[in-house]
Amino acid sequence: MVKPEVIKVIDYTVDVAVIGGGPAGLAAAVSAHEHGAKSVVVIDRNSWLGGILPQCIHDGFGVEETGTSMTGPEYAEMYIEMAEKQGIDIMKETMVLQFDKKREITAVNKKGLHKIKASAIVLAMGCREKTRWNVMISGDRPSGIYTAGVAQAFINLYNIMPGKNVIILGSGDVGLIMARRLKFEGANVLGVVEILPYASGLPRNVVQCLEDYDIPLFLNHTVTCIDGKERLEQVTIAQVDGEMNIISGTEKKIECDTLLLSLGLIPENELANNIGIEIDNITGGPTVNQYLETTLSGVFACGNCLQVYDTVDVLSADAENAGRSAAKNSAIQKKDKKIIAKIVPGKGIRYVVPQIISEPGKVHLTLRVEKPGESSVLHMVAGDKEILKKRLAWVNPANMIGVDVDIPHEVLTSTQNLEVILVDR
Amino acid sequence: MKNFQVAIIGGGVIGSAIARELSMFKLDVAVFEMGSDVASGASKANSGVVHSGINSPTSSLKARFCVEGNKMFQSLANELDFPLQWVGKYIIAKNEEEVRDLEHLKKVGMNNNVPGLEIKNRSEVKKKEPNVSCFKALWIPTAGITLPYQFTIALAENAAENNVVFFLETKITDLKKQKNLFLIKTNKGDFQAGVVVNAAGLNCREVVSMMEEPDFQVYPCRGEYLVLDKNYSSLINSMIYPVPVKGSGVLGVHITPTIEGNILLGPSAEFIGDPYDKRTTNETMNTLFLEARGIIPSLPDKAVINAYSGIRCKLASPESGGWADYRIEESKNMPGFINLLGIESPGLTAAPAIAKEIIKMISHLIELNKKNSFKSRRHRRKRFSEMSAEEQSNLIKKDEKWGRIVCRCEHVTEAEVIEALSNPLEARVLSSVKYRCRAGMGRCQGGFCTQHIVRIMEEHFNMDVADMRLKSPNSNLFYGKTRGNQSD
Repeated sequence: MVKPEVIKVIDYTVDVAVIGGGPAGLAAAVSAHEHGAKSVVVIDRNSWLGGILPQCIHDGFGVEETGTSMTGPEYAEMYIEMAEKQGIDIMKETMVLQFDKKREITAVNKKGLHKIKASAIVLAMGCREKTRWNVMISGDRPSGIYTAGVAQAFINLYNIMPGKNVIILGSGDVGLIMARRLKFEGANVLGVVEILPYASGLPRNVVQCLEDYDIPLFLNHTVTCIDGKERLEQVTIAQVDGEMNIISGTEKKIECDTLLLSLGLIPENELANNIGIEIDNITGGPTVNQYLETTLSGVFACGNCLQVYDTVDVLSADAENAGRSAAKNSAIQKKDKKIIAKIVPGKGIRYVVPQIISEPGKVHLTLRVEKPGESSVLHMVAGDKEILKKRLAWVNPANMIGVDVDIPHEVLTSTQNLEVILVDR
Repeated sequence: MKNFQVAIIGGGVIGSAIARELSMFKLDVAVFEMGSDVASGASKANSGVVHSGINSPTSSLKARFCVEGNKMFQSLANELDFPLQWVGKYIIAKNEEEVRDLEHLKKVGMNNNVPGLEIKNRSEVKKKEPNVSCFKALWIPTAGITLPYQFTIALAENAAENNVVFFLETKITDLKKQKNLFLIKTNKGDFQAGVVVNAAGLNCREVVSMMEEPDFQVYPCRGEYLVLDKNYSSLINSMIYPVPVKGSGVLGVHITPTIEGNILLGPSAEFIGDPYDKRTTNETMNTLFLEARGIIPSLPDKAVINAYSGIRCKLASPESGGWADYRIEESKNMPGFINLLGIESPGLTAAPAIAKEIIKMISHLIELNKKNSFKSRRHRRKRFSEMSAEEQSNLIKKDEKWGRIVCRCEHVTEAEVIEALSNPLEARVLSSVKYRCRAGMGRCQGGFCTQHIVRIMEEHFNMDVADMRLKSPNSNLFYGKTRGNQSD
């Protein structure tokens, strides 16, 4: 009998496999190793580590975490060095195609197909940018429409100039930073258009990227139409009312050759979705407990695929939690964790991560409010029992709030939802 | 001056089908296409439906070529390896009154020799299409779906492999007859041809008017579409159409599955002045969604990943009802000048049959001899994402570029992008890659792959970034290198 040719699938067994080598993946991998995981592998589809950081050549990274302001590449380098020092395995230019419920990962790179059996998986796939069609901007389909991150990659990684006369839609941080970056490269930045009554990026970026360079910010405005049969020729912007409906008669045409879209980010969770991990509709990331474990046992999530963070410093701190939990999960045969309580976003709160509390004790919450405000009080209540009360001088949806809370045992035994609410003082 | 026996104006599905048919014979054939690739007009922007032929009046050219073309599709797909699925179609009636329309359609269809037509009741439809709301429906088993751009590309690339010359980005500026030859002036130089086939689609009248006074008008009619994320592909199994809007000459907003797993909603029908105005509009995008929701009540809100429009080349004004038959004829005053006028829906389906008809017409003008070297088969390599683990591993062993994923959403490899850019038409714009291997067509719409494709264009094809374009001659992607770099 002729022996059929056996396909060469390259096999590994590891304690912790981290999918994504951006800041979250690196922080999780380093932390997993520090907490006892013997073999840790980081898998990334790019030819470099650090995810989006290498193209973020502005500074401001690491201030909260280290007290020093670094550029994106510098911040990434700090973690890459730590990972290398610890002997963490790195697989670059490797795409994870899928993983199964037994945590067996299928990945591909130029050497072939790989099967990686992991005791624990950390998801750190990051996010992607919203496109024109996420907000349904009508009109022509010319060249010259880029998401802000793609334009940033072209300028900073490839020295390619995407446009000369630029309108930016969306005042998220990437959009603000790109306004300044394009100005530096000699482009004419005609304005940043924001549908909300306030900028959605960090206040410091509004000052340092727009005001310092006299770039106009059109609040309560949006782009309503795109014109240009081949390259972009003009966009129409218009004012919106409180319900975000376009106020007719306020349309204004602006000639430009480039439209950058900074419309927000969508966590990348195709892999999690395909295996049936529960996704929170609001965060767009997996539903997790306080150990950042998803609804699939042994699979953890961190970074921008869990929720979209404001700063890398906070993201790294949370990712360390995921790495630590993954290491512990791979080391001990853990008992079944039951869902004991759900955290529910109540009045004034958009979302809270984690969504599930499976054990009593100290829990770090990250959350966002629904709208800007001053002198508010954040409460966490279980029925009529108050677990947390914290005064906040000001709140803004653009600023993630981090808060530690000690969840007492007796609250969880009553199986009530834990509600987080924001009230005016 | 280069001389061809046959010059085809227009590299849409009709021009490409004729080119492929002519490539079987010992002839010098050229195709002039003003876009940067074939299928750059209505041929890429339609529903991708292989129609059965029930919608056109019996004995019309539309009915005849549609029914004949439909029958030719399977063997063409076998030869040219483009995707084709016979998913069938339901035309749904919302009430008793619309059932009469179904009965009428069924009768016309039977007269047109369309087989297998059956009126199904609600519960029978529900079994096959649980998400569709209807009273009764007409089932049409011979309706299928294809990818219209891949069909056109397959025809054109096979023609090119059989020595038809494609001139892309080449616009006809003037056309005259000098003795027995046509003189064709273009932005890329002058050419001569014995026979000229006008397959210019929306520009058919412009081409005719270079030769003689046209006796017809073109009424451009725009149709907008929405594309839904693949996550929702399980909403339908077959095509779902409403009964056609009376007196409009169009089929109405329908829901069409695509072979790739996306769903199309559309098209609208709006007569417009400017035949190049392919914009989408807020009003229509909303209407499409609402009308589609009338058919599938559970249609989710956030499912849209793209929108586009195509322009129908109609020969009838909206006032006259919008319906006119195709005109396929040789000019009486200018022998050898063959015009295809008003080839709108079901033009995609009719294309193979129309091409046969044109060959017949040309055979009266030039002697046609089959060539032995004709390669009828075109092999499309399986996509990486369609392969077994074994096939993937073996290819990566041969060429590591098969192991490098360039498009994360659709799992397209570097090898596939290079193959797409190496096409025999030498079409090298970003959309040529997209339509050949799907890189950039997923839910991130090019966010990840564009930079990698640009790198491949630079490294493997020595292209300057300033020359890279999205889809057409002037749709440049970049303004060269950044300031610091220019002064290097």
